[in-house]
Amino acid sequence: MIEERTKLVHAFGALAELGQEVANRHNFQETIRTSLHLISGALGIMRGGVARYSRYGHELNMLAVRGLGDDFPLSLSLCLEDERQFLTNGLNPIETSHARVLPFFQVYDRSFESRRIELFVPLVIRDEIVGAIFLGEKATGETYSSYEKEIICAMGRHIGVAVAQRNLMAEIERQTAENRKLFDDLRTTYNDTVKAFAAAIDCKDKYTEGHSVRVGRYSEIIAAELEWGTAEVEGAATAGYLHDVGKLTVERKIINAPYRINAKESAELNKHPAVGYEILQPIHHPYTDVPLAAKYHHERLDGRGYPDGLYDREIPYIAKIVNLADSFDAMTTDRPYKARRQAPDVVEDLKRNAGKQFAPELVTAFLRGMLREISGDAKDKKFRRLLGREYMETEGMVPLLRKTLNEMKPTSSLTYIAASVGGDGPRH
Amino acid sequence: MIAENLSESSFENSSNTFVVHAGDYLNKLSGEKIERECKIRLEQGCKELVVDFSQTEIINSIGISILLGVIDSAENLGAKIIFSDLNAESIELFEMLGLTKHVTIA
Repeated sequence: MIEERTKLVHAFGALAELGQEVANRHNFQETIRTSLHLISGALGIMRGGVARYSRYGHELNMLAVRGLGDDFPLSLSLCLEDERQFLTNGLNPIETSHARVLPFFQVYDRSFESRRIELFVPLVIRDEIVGAIFLGEKATGETYSSYEKEIICAMGRHIGVAVAQRNLMAEIERQTAENRKLFDDLRTTYNDTVKAFAAAIDCKDKYTEGHSVRVGRYSEIIAAELEWGTAEVEGAATAGYLHDVGKLTVERKIINAPYRINAKESAELNKHPAVGYEILQPIHHPYTDVPLAAKYHHERLDGRGYPDGLYDREIPYIAKIVNLADSFDAMTTDRPYKARRQAPDVVEDLKRNAGKQFAPELVTAFLRGMLREISGDAKDKKFRRLLGREYMETEGMVPLLRKTLNEMKPTSSLTYIAASVGGDGPRH
Repeated sequence: MIAENLSESSFENSSNTFVVHAGDYLNKLSGEKIERECKIRLEQGCKELVVDFSQTEIINSIGISILLGVIDSAENLGAKIIFSDLNAESIELFEMLGLTKHVTIA
């Protein structure tokens, strides 16, 4: 009686340790190895193994073995009859000598007998076989008592839960990887579509061919200089590519007019930001603010832009980026009524209009990117590809950019104008 | 050979007998060290393994399992195992779990 009590105390100590081991979520393999040690040590079992069940392969694959020798199979297959019987049996230990009616025990009889496997415990968790425990003879040489089988059942439940959790995690990881791949494919498709769309927008305007694509690239440069994340930089590029989508509804003769358009034509053209917003708004973009960039890319910090005459902080940040990129492209490409301006002149213009039309920190980021490229600090020659080498390497550009950057004010002084002067608060 | 740190497992070797000191707490960490060393000696042909428990106060279930593994390996290779200087609690535990059927108690 006293020995039975001591045995129970020892076994419960091992059961408690097993619970802790499973809950601690160490390395899974190590947890299973330790679990096997704990069962063996709790009841004085000479050898054994723990296997995980693959429901795809219908086989038990060994995760941990002790004393089973090199000739014991590391993978044991189950037939449907075995599976059905094990599911019915649940976690109760099966005596291998009494179960030879099942195909599983007939097939592996020799292996079990040579290593004296006496008990087989199917790990059935939530009506699913997740694994199995194989247990050899006890060091005492006695048969397993009913209370020892109950302890094995309790310990098996812990191990089964650990295996089931691991299976679940593996399934989640697999599905996450699959979803990530699907998302990446979708994003690539979206980005390719956006670029194709940008090319289509530009086709309408023969004088500004490639404008949307360039604005996308400049927006990307600015966002990258601001050290935004990859997705945000892609979002900025997309906003640039699609900023003029509203021009698709503007008459071609107005867009292509080889002269300064009149007031009526100008009013028609100026509708394109709002139209662009209407086109882009219903689309579920992977990046936020793409429609807002289209709507507000002609707004200015000083409130003199259109369509809504917003002030500094009322203008979405992405729209400020696209505005700078759009204006820069307009200044650096030939138009029917105006030749492209020289690079130093453009830099001066950006500086002069920083805080009026452009956000100063964006001008700073843009010019800093330009300087890094011209001075050789940046490997990627983005500006050179978009503007041409000669244009970018105009004499005196490096000192001019350094001087301009030194003189740039970090933020706009107009930030609070809308609230203090406008009196009617922010408009959205 | 005198063990430098008796709180940890340590080893001695003389002719065909290998002595391993179990340390004060036989758990997974110390047990695996002992098991590794014993298996190496058994494979090298050692015919007598002495496990010295003179400093051992606690043996947990993992420690028991590891000792069973050592016993199994020794039996397969025809080597003899001697457990020496066991305290009363450890003897009771080993008797209860059947280890004493496989080893000589000294």
